[in-house]
Amino acid sequence: MKLAIASGKGGTGKTTVATNLAVTLAGLGQTVTYVDCDAEAPNGHLFLNPTLSEERRADRLVPRLDPERCTHCGACAEFCQFNAIAALPARTLIYEELCHSCGGCARVCPSGAITETTQPMGVIRLGEAGPVHFVSGTLDVGVATSPPVIRVAKQAAPPADWTILDAPPGTSCPMIETVRDCDYLVLVTEPTPFGLHDLALALEVAQSLSVPCGVVINRAQPGQSETHALCRQAGVPILAEIPDDIAIARAYSHGRLASEALPALRTVFARLADRLTAELYARA
Amino acid sequence: MTNESPIFELVVLSGKGGTGKTSVTASLAALAGAPTLVDCDVDASNLELLLSPRLQERTAFTSGQRATIDPEKCTGCGRCEELCRFGAISATGPVNSHGSATCRVDPPACEGCGVCARFCPAQAITLHPSDGGAWFVSETRFGPLVHARLRPGQGNSGKLATLVRDHARKLARASARPLMLIDGPPGVGCPVMASITGATRVLAVTEPTPSGLHDLERVLALARHFRIPAWVCVNKSDLNEELTAQIERRATESGATVAGRIPYDSAVTAAQRQGVPVVEYGDSLAAQALAQLWKTLSATLG
Ligand code: SF4
Ligand code: SF4
Repeated sequence: MKLAIASGKGGTGKTTVATNLAVTLAGLGQTVTYVDCDAEAPNGHLFLNPTLSEERRADRLVPRLDPERCTHCGACAEFCQFNAIAALPARTLIYEELCHSCGGCARVCPSGAITETTQPMGVIRLGEAGPVHFVSGTLDVGVATSPPVIRVAKQAAPPADWTILDAPPGTSCPMIETVRDCDYLVLVTEPTPFGLHDLALALEVAQSLSVPCGVVINRAQPGQSETHALCRQAGVPILAEIPDDIAIARAYSHGRLASEALPALRTVFARLADRLTAELYARA
Repeated sequence: MTNESPIFELVVLSGKGGTGKTSVTASLAALAGAPTLVDCDVDASNLELLLSPRLQERTAFTSGQRATIDPEKCTGCGRCEELCRFGAISATGPVNSHGSATCRVDPPACEGCGVCARFCPAQAITLHPSDGGAWFVSETRFGPLVHARLRPGQGNSGKLATLVRDHARKLARASARPLMLIDGPPGVGCPVMASITGATRVLAVTEPTPSGLHDLERVLALARHFRIPAWVCVNKSDLNEELTAQIERRATESGATVAGRIPYDSAVTAAQRQGVPVVEYGDSLAAQALAQLWKTLSATLG
């Protein structure tokens, strides 16, 4: 089962849910792979403390121009949908930071002046965090687009009963790249106006991708009913509520797994694991 | 001419989301006098929730293109599937009236590069502009706000962030407002780069957690990459004083300036529920700390 943990708003506790869930499921005897897809701000390793066994570079292809062969016809610049090539009368310029690595320019150039060359974009790390297989993708600082790194990280994940994808915040390309082919999406939110606003956007994404989803409310407080109302309206179940407890914030601040620091939370995550199993089997 | 006087572009960033960046931006907006406000966090634009904006102008945003395959023309040859670098095409389209299996585009995976359309031997593929949402100019009680809403699931957040920022700069010039206050997106990717290229200064808001420290280092590295001086402010600093001190040390070592600390304060969420910046929500510890932060920043702004 491929499970993505996402949230519209950042900082709602996505990584807390993803890492604790991974450990909980592994404790139930399931095989689990945790994949940190938040390539711009990957934090899962800080809580899972994996022993790394492998580190590989993730590369992408970018065009390289042979000025000797270029006849300045402009075909490449005209083709590129991302304005990554400027064909001046006497010079052709490539802006690698705008390039999406589609390979089109090399194909359309009639004079064979463009070849593709690899360029580093990030790092993929693999390891073991106790019984949990660990994979993370980290975007190099200064590289603009994380979806290619996320793609490579997902491909590198060893198969398991549960693959848990820790998604980047937001609702644009990096988040879509992470969740688009998952079996189930867990949206983590907090009961604040910001949390609610961004949850509504994330629910729209789930709907447009036709991915079944459920919600976990973090820092839940009694009497905050707007999130429940929104979920009811969207026909989406609330899978778990994590209480608003300063002790959890402290545990997090010391890099400890919440469920290890606070035994009471173990029940919350065990129930969440049961609930997800039930949701997924009801669909299978 | 005075309209060419320089504009101080202050970008508020965080690396990790949820550190209180937007709450800090809104309070600085209230303290700053007459700023031009910009929300570059185009896929989770929350600044408007604290500023009660009155909408004045709306412009549609086209986020790029997407390919579609005409099943009647498709012969199912599979060339497009082979050429697509984004895994967006598969042989899962309907059987057409000639009895041929066809290919299909998975819209969220399509980046609109146009390679399939260009090389399809049956010319069955066309590109269409996709609706990417809209951007807005609004009036708030502190000054104009330029903001946007990327349609959920769309790409090109960097392009939208650039549009919003460019328009705000024009407004700032035209109205001779010397300060532009930009609420940036989380992370270090394209919308963040679009928010900070050419900015005057970065204010990085972080929190004393291992993730806060880790992601702050990445944001500061990005600021150095663009040669933009950075200020650092630790929010919820009393959650872990030791780590707060460590973060401030690291920030200083990497060339940033420590600009202030904000203690954990439930007034921040309470103000959010009222839809106002925390500095306008009574006299709280957070409000005092933000006033102090603004004093430090404005000394440099001149
Ligand atoms: S590979 Fe594609 S995106 Fe990159 S420059 Fe060539 S045409 Fe443009
Ligand atoms: S298509 Fe080839 S020959 Fe024409 S401008 Fe581009 S690189 Fe030069």
